[in-house]
Amino acid sequence: MVFPPTSQYKEGGMVLLSRSEVNVFVFFGVLFVVLGILSPNFLDLFNLSNLTRQISLYAIIAAGETMVMTSGGIDLSVGSVLALSGVLAAMLNAMGNNYMVISVGIGAGILCGLGNGFLVSKLRINPFIVTLGMLNIARGVVLVITKGFPIPVYRGALLTLGQGSILGIPILFLFMGVVGMIMALILGRTRFGTHLKAIGSNEPAAWAMGINVPRVKLLTYTLSGLLAGLAGLLLAGRLSAGQANAGVGWELDAIAAVIIGGTSLMGGEGSVVGSLVGAALLGVIRNALVLFGVSMYWQTVVIGCILIGGIALGSIREIRKVGY
Amino acid sequence: MRRAALMEEKTPILEVRNLVKFFGGVQALRGVSFKLFPREVLALLGDNGAGKSTTIKIISGYLKPDGGEIFLEGKRVIFSSPLHARSMGIETVYQDLALFGVLDVTTNLFIGRETCQLGMLQKRAMERETWQILQKMRTTIKSIRQKVQTLSGGQQHAVAIGRSVYVGGVPKILIMDEPTAGLGIEESQKVLELIRELREKGIAIILISHNLEHVFCVANRIVVLRSGELVGERCTEETNQSEVVHLMMGVTC
Repeated sequence: MVFPPTSQYKEGGMVLLSRSEVNVFVFFGVLFVVLGILSPNFLDLFNLSNLTRQISLYAIIAAGETMVMTSGGIDLSVGSVLALSGVLAAMLNAMGNNYMVISVGIGAGILCGLGNGFLVSKLRINPFIVTLGMLNIARGVVLVITKGFPIPVYRGALLTLGQGSILGIPILFLFMGVVGMIMALILGRTRFGTHLKAIGSNEPAAWAMGINVPRVKLLTYTLSGLLAGLAGLLLAGRLSAGQANAGVGWELDAIAAVIIGGTSLMGGEGSVVGSLVGAALLGVIRNALVLFGVSMYWQTVVIGCILIGGIALGSIREIRKVGY
Repeated sequence: MRRAALMEEKTPILEVRNLVKFFGGVQALRGVSFKLFPREVLALLGDNGAGKSTTIKIISGYLKPDGGEIFLEGKRVIFSSPLHARSMGIETVYQDLALFGVLDVTTNLFIGRETCQLGMLQKRAMERETWQILQKMRTTIKSIRQKVQTLSGGQQHAVAIGRSVYVGGVPKILIMDEPTAGLGIEESQKVLELIRELREKGIAIILISHNLEHVFCVANRIVVLRSGELVGERCTEETNQSEVVHLMMGVTC
């Protein structure tokens, strides 16, 4: 054995945030301050609480999407699942049992997620295809149920959850905080989270090392469905209605938030906290564009540019390593 | 002589009988049978496509056989997954190393065997143990928080081997698929030395290698596969490289 003896290993404190997360945080902070200075309406309490509510919903589904994308998959169905859950909850809400409303809403999300997970893990169908299918199925079911009309929510826990506040903090925001914390713990501090990353990094190796790959994948998609269901409930409460077109295109916003937050599209690396900040960033930018009177149509263009620009910054760093 | 002595004295720690495996219409294994005894290094040889990797992937639980039986310490076992095989004391160092490039050294070492308390990973405890394992292996790895893909080839080999040998108790059987491929002379010697050390510790080893010098250096016995069939079995002392090559190529001498 001729290798020189090893002297020192780096063993510093726990790293709280990775570099990509820090980048989003810094960008978010700067943007927040700049907007506060430029637009007096931005820091208005009404605007902020409205903004917080909107961001919270994006962030909840982005948290689920983070798990799926870290495992190397993708979930395109979250927007539709969210609508399905919201509509079912709104319908049941008329009957008045809060527990049933909540469990059916979340249950619908879990079922859709289980379906996705089963098809991806057991039948080994590409997740892009499976969840694209589920996107259409869930939206179709919503349209069949509602015939396109909104289902009003007049009373009950749904309204409180969607519109209430505790000590001035919107309940939606508290939900996001709890969900974000749990998901961050799961991804960063549990065996399940580690296995998720391992699968995203090298799936055959994960199997070879004794990870139950199908089970982990099934759980991951179920988790994403559950969170989409939860977001659907909350959105129905917030809007006082289960709407057939709720959450159209949200899956793409969630994916954008996840990627801006530093989760790798290739899988294996993911950050829930980054995704939450990514969602907040998207929300704040949208809000700013509204405050500055930019037309709805241009807003989409700007969001697209920011997505590409943000990722470009990351990949410019990579170019030096690759060499071409 | 020696082979006969081995067979009479000891019961095999592992025996495979009539392993059969199809990949679509291609029959990769046509009834492979052999025994592995305690404290021996068995070399599994054959040309490309002979069925070596398929054989060891069945023993490690990665692939399910289409026919045949596996006996571990005399008892018939059917491995449902690599987890099952690992829990029975069979560790494998795969040819491609089966590492997770974007994950750090500690995670790679402990994958599937994470230390947990109340459902939470004990990262510090695992990092401490990682540090000890790396010292034991005398690698040049500088930081255990490094992504494995940033390590050199030799360092990656060290992680893959360390994971199988030093984490989660001593294995009964260690399977090594091309453990010296792509390594420099010094690093190869290190691996061969480790194989001898492990055999002394009582671990039975199945070794696949294309390098016959390495095989003759450490193996006690050699079995040769050709087109999915076992075509020869020799004690290393009673044969030579040219005979083994002839067996592999299917030319009689």
